[in-house]
Parts: sequence; C-alpha cells; structure tokens
Amino acid sequence: MNIRTIAVTAAALGVLGYLVYRSEDATTRKPVANKVTVLYWEKWTGDEAQKMRRIVNNFNASQDHIYVKMLSISGVADKTLLAASGGNPPDVAGLWDTQMTQFKDAGALTDLAPLAAEFGIKEEDYIPGYWKLMSPGGTLVAFPTTPASTALHINKKFLKPGEVPPQTLEELDAFTDRISKVKDGKVELAGFMPAEPGWWNWGWGYWFGGKLIDGDKLTINSPENIRAFEWVLSYSKRFGVRETQNFQSGFGNFSSPQNPFMSEKVVSVMQGVWMANFIDLYNKKLPWIAVPFPLPKDQQHLKGMNFIAMDTLVIPTGAKHKREAFEFIAFVQRQDQMELLCSSHGKNSPLVKVTDKFFNTHLNPYIRLFDELARSPNAAYIPQIGIWPQMDSELKNAFTEINLGTKTPKEALDAAQARLDPQWRRYQQQVMGRSITTAEAKP
Amino acid sequence: MKSEARIAYLFAMPWILGFLTFLLYPVMASFFYSFTDFSVLRPPRFIGLENYKEMVQDEVFWMTIRNTFTYVVAAVPLSATVAIILAMLLNTKVKGLAFYRTLFYVPSLVPMVALGILWLWIFNGEHGLLNMSLEKLGMSKPPNWLGDPAWSKVTLVLIAMWGSGNAMVIYLAGLQDIPQSLYEAADLDGARLVAKTRHVTLPMLSPVILFNVIMGMIGALQVFAVPYVMFPNGAPARSTYFFTTYLFDNAFRFQRMGYASAMGWVLFLITLTLTFVALRLSERQVHYDRS
Repeated sequence: MNIRTIAVTAAALGVLGYLVYRSEDATTRKPVANKVTVLYWEKWTGDEAQKMRRIVNNFNASQDHIYVKMLSISGVADKTLLAASGGNPPDVAGLWDTQMTQFKDAGALTDLAPLAAEFGIKEEDYIPGYWKLMSPGGTLVAFPTTPASTALHINKKFLKPGEVPPQTLEELDAFTDRISKVKDGKVELAGFMPAEPGWWNWGWGYWFGGKLIDGDKLTINSPENIRAFEWVLSYSKRFGVRETQNFQSGFGNFSSPQNPFMSEKVVSVMQGVWMANFIDLYNKKLPWIAVPFPLPKDQQHLKGMNFIAMDTLVIPTGAKHKREAFEFIAFVQRQDQMELLCSSHGKNSPLVKVTDKFFNTHLNPYIRLFDELARSPNAAYIPQIGIWPQMDSELKNAFTEINLGTKTPKEALDAAQARLDPQWRRYQQQVMGRSITTAEAKP
Repeated sequence: MKSEARIAYLFAMPWILGFLTFLLYPVMASFFYSFTDFSVLRPPRFIGLENYKEMVQDEVFWMTIRNTFTYVVAAVPLSATVAIILAMLLNTKVKGLAFYRTLFYVPSLVPMVALGILWLWIFNGEHGLLNMSLEKLGMSKPPNWLGDPAWSKVTLVLIAMWGSGNAMVIYLAGLQDIPQSLYEAADLDGARLVAKTRHVTLPMLSPVILFNVIMGMIGALQVFAVPYVMFPNGAPARSTYFFTTYLFDNAFRFQRMGYASAMGWVLFLITLTLTFVALRLSERQVHYDRS
C-alpha cells in the first residue's frame, strides 16, 4: 500500500466515523447542560408534531433537571418494540390505543400505577371510557395525549329548511334513499355509506347491541353482529355492488380536498371530533352539523353510543429514565397543557374537568357534543384483546366479502369466528400463559 | 504474498463481518425461532413443530400460497415475453436506438412505493386513465381493477410488466452475444424471421432466458411492496394477500415472529424446489455450448 491509498482509506473511515457519530447524536440521548435527557419518540409528523412540540417546549422551559428530546418516528410502534427488545428503548413513546393490550401482554409497557400514585394522578381525573383505554386488563400502562369521540357529520345543504337530522338508523336509511343519486348505473351522490371512511367497519354490531368479545368469549357471529352486517349489506344492494366499488374508488385521501365528504360526494359520514380541523383546512365553506350517530329504533336504550379512541403516551419496558419520563407525562396531563394540546389538535379533552375557555375557543362548534359523547356510559371502544390486529384483519375481510356479495353476513362472520377462536385460544396459552380446559377449547 | 493476503482479508473484513452479523446470524436465528413461540420481547419458548403444523391447517396461509403461485405463473412468463420482445426490437438497427433503450429501461428505476401510488391513479375505476381510455374506445363498463377480486391480480400482473426493463437489458446483452454467422447460415438456408427466431435466437438465448426466469420467479414469489401499497390488507377479499404480506403481518402486526420465521423457511424451501425443478426441466432446452 502506498501513502495515497492509506490517506484515502483513512479519510473514508473518518467520514464514516463522523456519520456514525452524528447519527448516534440524532437518535439517542446526549446530556444537555447537566440535565437528564428523556428521549421521546412520537408517531406524529408535520403540523400535529409541531403542536406536541409546543407542549414539550413548555415542559423543557419549566425544568432545571430534565430535558425532553422529541423525535418524530415513522413506524413508531414496531421500532419501539424492537428497541425495547434490544434493550435501548425511548423513555416515552407516543402510540395508539389499539396497540395497548397487545403491547402490555408482550411485556413491552411499564405499569404506571405506582408513578401515577406518586404524582397524585387519579382515576377520577379522567373520563371513565378513556381510563379503561389507558388500563387494559386493569393495568395502567398509558396516558392520553389527545382523545376522540365520534358523531354523524351531515352536509347541511341536503337538509330541508327546519328538517331535523335523522334520529334513528331507519331515518338515516330513508334520508339516504331520498337524496342519493344514481344515474346511468353510476352513483353520483350518496346520502350515507357504511364503508366510508371504513375505520369502524368492525364495529357496526355495537349499534345493534352486539359486542365482539363477551368476557373471555369471542362473539363475532352473534345475532346482533349478523344483523349489523345485514344492514351494511343493504347499502351495497341499494347502490349496486359494482356501482359502489366504482364510486368508492373515485374517493380521494381522507386528508385532502378530494375527501368524499368535503368534495360533497357523500352527504353524511361517521367521523371523529378532528373532522372540524380538516373541514377548516380543505373546504371552509362546507355547511355542516354534527349529531349523535343514530341508533336503530329498537336500540334507543343505547343512547350516547359512539366510538371513543385516543393517542397515548407510554413508557416502554427497559426505559432508562422512567421517573423523569413520567414527570413529563404528568406535565402533559395538567389541565392547562392538555387543553392546549387537545384544542390545537381539534380534539376533546380526556379530563373530567374542562374549562369554559376550552369549549368557547375550540375550533369545533360541536365540541360540547363530542365531550358529552365521550362521557356517555354507552361509549364503545375497540375490544381490549391482544389478538386485535388479527380480529381487525378478519373483520375487514368479512366486511369486504359481504359488500362484494361473495358471502352472506352469517357465512362471513361464522368464518371469521372459526378463524379467530383457535387464534384466541393459542394467544391465551402462549402469550398470557393461561391453560385452557378441554371444555373451553371447543369452539 | 502472505502480507498481501492479510491485506486482502483486511479489506474484505467489513463485508465478512456484515455478512456474519446481518445475514448469517439472522438466517440461523430465524431457523431456531421457527420452532418457537416468539413475540420479540419475551424469551422464545420452544414448541417443536407446532408452527409448521399450524401452517398446514391455516386456510389464510394456503390462500396466500394460491395467490402467490397464480401471480408467479402469470407474471413471470408474461414479463419474460415482453422483455424478450422489447430486447429483440431494440436489437435492430433503427434510428435513435439509444433513446429507446433508455426509455424502456427507465421505468424499472422507479421506486416501488412511488410506482404503487402511480398505478393506483392509472387503474382507478372511476377516474383512472386506463378506464377513461377504455370508455372512449367504446367499452361501457370497464373493469374495476382495484375493487373487484376477479381483476385485482390481473392488475398486479400488468404492473409486473412495467419492470421488464431490467430483464430486457440482460436479454439484449444475450442477443448481442449470438454469433452473426449463425444468422448468415440461416439466411443461406432460406430461413425467415420466425424460423430464425425459433431455431437460432431462442436456443442461443436460452441460458439467459433460464437465468431471467429463475430470477423473475424468485422475485415474484417475494412480491410485496406494490400490493402492500395498492391493496392494504390484501383487499379486495384477500385476493391480493400474498405469502410475504402474510409473513410480514405475522411478524410485525400480530407479533408472531416464530410463525413468521417458519413461513420464511417454507418460502425458502419452495423457492429452492422450484429453482431445482426449473433447472432439471430446462436441461434439454437450454443450449450452453456455442462452439
């Protein structure tokens, strides 16, 4: 080797070393002026992340011994899990409520009850439905960043002057029949479509008094769920299978002006409290109202039924600065910070106590309705079961098969139940370490 | 000499270390995990052949096998045919040849995810360029490429042809390697284009065809990115749920690394078997000796 080769090699290694050093700096803790650095991985990007960053900045400004370093991470759930497995997880991770049970069962989350007690955070501070989402199986593993509740959003243009929005599911069906337009085999306007936006396709049974799990037993093919999916099927029959498919394939992304509600292709949709933000962004002039999603005539006792959900903060197992991490989480739970975050994200608050200022200055004119819906004892949420991803996948498939007419609701739900039962038993045995008796093992 | 060898090993060491750490170890580990129940965070629990036994009874597993094989059987020959035809066209002496060669190769450079998004718009049933064109040509009800299970796999097979550029370049190199004297001899015998293609071009190109078909088959068995972007959850009705998508879901959505590892090894065995079969079946058809 001549001197030139050695010099080039040394230079290349130097550049490589520098890059490794910088990447290490970007993704891990580096002490900031004698403070403990809490590494916080968040799923949010863009505007939502910026709004969370304001809360982080408020926390950092209030601190003399902790510094929170927030990083927007794509695929944050998988990466948190793998980082925890590798022994170097972030101190705080921003995940979704849908992952809480699975992650808790996998041993990926820290039990936060002792820290909550130490910081004086109590169950009574939270709306009961959200507290249940925070503590799957009774173990407190998460705290909310922003929660949500859902309602029927209606384009007011299509309501007659003085017309009362649909009060029952039957009225919603009649409303759809009245205003939908199908011309030359093409759907031009739909009053309502159960498949839009498609985020709650698994849950229509709840409107008919159904559940997906009852105690320890999966109830996918219960009569209530079958009835719900028959109602879903009535919509693809109403518009035609092929026509519905073509119509839906013309819908743009949710977060775009081509969103079917904002582009006035679908007149009413079930959506979350966040919808006001998107309407404000993409079609400010759209006249809309939000009302509780109607129930079937014979299910009026479920008044207040809606889906609630939330974004969460968790401390992964193996986090290095758990106490400091919780100090940050506790700061986010302060009423002033929580209201600041939730109003900037266009969400309701998960806390029992809400200031008038929050309601009066909120972008969503129906924020009080969403707050009421969140507090409803009939509010529902995804089943707290570790095989939720499998269940979601099976129900999505059943929903499509029913809409395509390849299976009847009963056939599709029977098939989903038959696939999920053994998976649930296996999960109970392998992950939860529960032995199943012979009687239980029979489907 | 010894010193030179030491330096050579030293330079090769980063690759060797990378190979051992990032390839050999994970491959061996996945073999072990395939006999365990492993959900990443908890220590793997040995369960013998349970994952493999479960696979036999898993109807979604068999559905993904069927979907993947259907895709392989349709996409590989079609893509190979398109690539050979393109290569033969580009092997002629026409003006602007370099431009055409670049033009046909460029699509294979487009990243898969971008490609998926692009095709979503082209195949859109309501506003897609393809259906709008078909309607203008008089088809009153063009297919719903993305929403109809009968058409969703066809859509992916058509998209597979988009990436024929890579294979085309290799075929082109193979075509240019065929001795001109063979064509001259064929001319003397009065052979026309079809006869020359059948008796000279294809036999002489057969080793390249075999290589491309095997590589194409391996690639098609692992089809992932485009269907994952275009058809979430294998929609519609799992008609585009492929082996690798199900493997990915088991590993990262369902946290069943043990089952996913077992699936990985099954895919490896399938690939190995098909490659072996392809090599054996082609023994009489492939001409290696050019003397």
